[in-house]
Amino acid sequence: MAKVIIDNVEYEVPDGKNMLEVCLSLGMDLTYFCWHPAMHSVGACRQCAVIQYRDENDTRGKIVMSCMVDAVNGTRISLQDQKGKDFRAGNIESLMLNHPHDCPVCDEGGECHLQDMTVMSGHNYRRYRFNKRTHVNQDLGPFVYHEMNRCIQCYRCVRFYNDYAGGKDFGVFASSGRVYFGRSESGTLENEFSGNLVEICPTGVFTDKTLRKHYTRKWDLTSAPSICHQCSVGCNTLASERYGGLRRILSRYNGDVNGYFLCDRGRFGYEYVNDDKRLTKVAQKATSDTDAFASVKNLVGSKPRMIGIGSPRASLESNFMLKQLVGEENFYQGIPQHEAQLAETAFNLLRTVGVKTPSLSEIETYDAVLVLGEDVTNTAPMIALALRQAAKNQPREEAYKLKIQKWNDAAIREVVQDRTGPFYTATPCSTKLDEIATQKFTGDTNHLLALSDKIIAAIAGSQGGNDNTDAYANDVAKALLSCKKPLVVSGTGMMSKEILLAAAGIARALKVSGKEAGLTFAVPEVNSMGLALIGGKYWDEAVARVQSEKDTIAIVMETNLAYRFGKKNAESFLKNCKQVVMIDSLENETTAFADFILPAGTFAESTGTVINNEGRAQRFYEVFVPKNEIRSSWAWIDQLTHSKESARHFDTIVEEMIAHYPILEKIRDLAPDANSRIGTQKIPRETHRYSGRTAMNANISVHEPKPPLDEDSPLTYTMEGYHGKAPSKAIPYFWSPGWNSLQSINKYQIEVGGPLHGGNPGIRLIEAGDNTGGDLKNTGSNKTNNGTFEVLPSHHIFGGDELSAKSAPLATRIPDTTVSISSSALQRSGIEGAESLSINYDGEAHSFKIKIDNSLPDNVLMLPKGFNETKGLLFPFFTEISKG
Amino acid sequence: MLSNVRTLWMVFLKMFKKKVTIQYPEKKAYLPPRWRGRIILSRDPDHNERCVACYLCAAACPVDCISLQATEDENGRRYPEFFRINFSRCIFCGLCEDACPTYAIQLTPDFEMGEYNRQNLVYEKEDLLIDGMGKYHGYSFYQQAGVAVGVKPKGGGEKEDPPVDVRTLLP
Repeated sequence: MAKVIIDNVEYEVPDGKNMLEVCLSLGMDLTYFCWHPAMHSVGACRQCAVIQYRDENDTRGKIVMSCMVDAVNGTRISLQDQKGKDFRAGNIESLMLNHPHDCPVCDEGGECHLQDMTVMSGHNYRRYRFNKRTHVNQDLGPFVYHEMNRCIQCYRCVRFYNDYAGGKDFGVFASSGRVYFGRSESGTLENEFSGNLVEICPTGVFTDKTLRKHYTRKWDLTSAPSICHQCSVGCNTLASERYGGLRRILSRYNGDVNGYFLCDRGRFGYEYVNDDKRLTKVAQKATSDTDAFASVKNLVGSKPRMIGIGSPRASLESNFMLKQLVGEENFYQGIPQHEAQLAETAFNLLRTVGVKTPSLSEIETYDAVLVLGEDVTNTAPMIALALRQAAKNQPREEAYKLKIQKWNDAAIREVVQDRTGPFYTATPCSTKLDEIATQKFTGDTNHLLALSDKIIAAIAGSQGGNDNTDAYANDVAKALLSCKKPLVVSGTGMMSKEILLAAAGIARALKVSGKEAGLTFAVPEVNSMGLALIGGKYWDEAVARVQSEKDTIAIVMETNLAYRFGKKNAESFLKNCKQVVMIDSLENETTAFADFILPAGTFAESTGTVINNEGRAQRFYEVFVPKNEIRSSWAWIDQLTHSKESARHFDTIVEEMIAHYPILEKIRDLAPDANSRIGTQKIPRETHRYSGRTAMNANISVHEPKPPLDEDSPLTYTMEGYHGKAPSKAIPYFWSPGWNSLQSINKYQIEVGGPLHGGNPGIRLIEAGDNTGGDLKNTGSNKTNNGTFEVLPSHHIFGGDELSAKSAPLATRIPDTTVSISSSALQRSGIEGAESLSINYDGEAHSFKIKIDNSLPDNVLMLPKGFNETKGLLFPFFTEISKG
Repeated sequence: MLSNVRTLWMVFLKMFKKKVTIQYPEKKAYLPPRWRGRIILSRDPDHNERCVACYLCAAACPVDCISLQATEDENGRRYPEFFRINFSRCIFCGLCEDACPTYAIQLTPDFEMGEYNRQNLVYEKEDLLIDGMGKYHGYSFYQQAGVAVGVKPKGGGEKEDPPVDVRTLLP
């Protein structure tokens, strides 16, 4: 701890901070632009100037940039000194010289850091009467809108995009007053994290293009804390609605998970919520006039033979309710058996292998990384972003040795340059993370497994042979053993149980050698871990069951069977059922077979709990009440057994679930219950400046309807309620007086960049323990090798997820469906120069266009998983290839 | 007693003063141009909608009776997709006009809006939009703003330099 004096008051502050951080953490208002809690100081914008004094006798002091002043014992500064105030107002006036008169048509207006800082510094009137410089904009693709005139040259964008996220196609050009931030020429921003520019930019140079299509100001949005449903990481988001449509997704700060950032799939993949193909009414096949819901209720009430199909994209509560409805022995997982077993393996390994699973933010603290078999940039993009930070840890040590402070970003980068720490990848083909890898390795499943065995042996001290694999294994083992905290990253991407076991084996070997090892798995979907925990029988058993028992009624929840098992398999299954009740959100090829449809909410219209890849349970809330029959799946199931009057509330269902699954005990504290109040008030989803309440429905009726009540959460759907800082577990939006932009997050944190007041939301349900015993050998049987080529799934951030792929902005970024093959393999097969090739799957030939990828081993093909043309293929499989 | 007589006398004298009441509606009272009556949306000198759908009027409205949705044309020029004022809630305070950065929303000296049916007091954009510039002549927001949006070339507005050449090496 250090004692610093700010405006003659002494404060005790933690070591290793700069004075700007200190002031902000103490809740003071100090203007700044270029500093960012995740990217630290460069001292570029000169906006955080304060007066520093030598000692108590010094009355003149000197102007310093607080973000570049170390908070050491005895540091004495003043924020209130008039000289400092004048400097800050003068500085912002210069920054504003060329800033255009755009606020009314600027999407940042109302949540603009530049607006806030201008007001805060006291620069109220523009004195500049001369011409402003202008810039030509670029088209940066479907996600980010560029308006370069507004730039104040803080350099945050280029520091994030290039240095933090590893982007290559963005930069800063020209000199002096002409400085330009953009690409060398117009074109789509290729980095997976480009959307963060929207939040990083303190003004409106980069704004959200998807929001622009249906623009609403921040104060008019109805927002709720949500969890991103587009991959297994479970990033915390703020989802916002206006006029019954979802308008945008922002990152919701959670110091344990995603921090300040989101990937583009999560940020821009929400449009399916507003899709025309949403199911909005309870429907019965071939009838329209009868009360369809009464018919479903009668059907279920007549106690027929029922089976339930659960889903990894449905919440814990929904899966639990369905299981309760149909009975334990009649509940099946709506995913291929192999995929279900993978998720279960991952879930069990995290509990039993005895190695810590770090949270997403903890990943950034590891100093050596081995990525085994997983293309995390595409399967769990935020893990890749965290790994990019971890890769800088060891080179940074060198800077710390030179007594450079941890917050001094410019100096550290000068020392580190492009170096990255021990970072090893071993994957079927070259991945995007290879660019920061010390060494990379590619091979088919067996090759990677052999490598893993050798790494484990090398960690244990044996030298092994001296071929390529051995050399690589020795290098990896040496590097991982020479660091403090090695991390092994793997996942279900290769669809191989053995790979998961191998990764766990390496991590455990490291732990046994005395390292503070970590193990991270990426799993397929948002609630894959939750479904593994709830458990359920496998799909193949369900298929057999409906074949033998012809009078079965299937309740299929949030599962597009055709997407998961292929159209043919789904059709034959559904035709074998006597009747099918589908609870789903979007019309798809499977819903055509439903006898009854109950319209389910997406993440935006339902409340629930999901478990992410590290076993963290997180709660998401209904953002708005849709003006149709859509509701949470669990609420539908509840209504099938209860009357509307006796409907159970969310908290009751959670309690029931805990009674059945003691492991879920902790989720009771996940969020305040529906009866909790702050004083006497609930937390409003709408801001205190929400507009248009007496006009928005006036076209339908001038008599204003009663606002909907929320009996399932501590939030309300209106603007009435507690407008102070919401507790961290239920923050619907970030706002603080004078801080309209997202930078107001500072006010919600114990110290800037640290945990939120009241603790970061989310509760980890599984911890590794210390038991490193037990066998890690695969007990199941291996797939038989009946072909020369092993076909592995390749993953794509855009298109690899069923729902987000249906969002229009994302759809333009989905690549063509191609089969990747190396040119030497083509040559060996004698079909060199072919445009497309044909493979065998399950006795059927499938033809795909060829994409040459020479990083692939000669016996491996890769096909994108989850694309329209490849749905229903169960990876991995073996095949022969032929031209066509 | 004396007080009563005095009152009667004063009332009697009023008979010889000029009448303040007028024969409305045959005769209309004079309303100054800045009188705060029926709200309209005006057009700019190029006859385009002045409203850029910035939502400031809606935010300023103390009774929340303005609701709109922004959209944009093919050039990115923003305008309201719908613009609705619920005059049965409006208190004619004029804060919307105060807040408007483009002189689009203006209050006019007209108060004759009586309706038998309250629903008829809900005015949509078609009911609000007039053909002229209203009280403020000659002002065009997009000439002052930095965005181009099909109104002008980039850098072609008032007090703007042409776009910089980022490839020049001159100091």
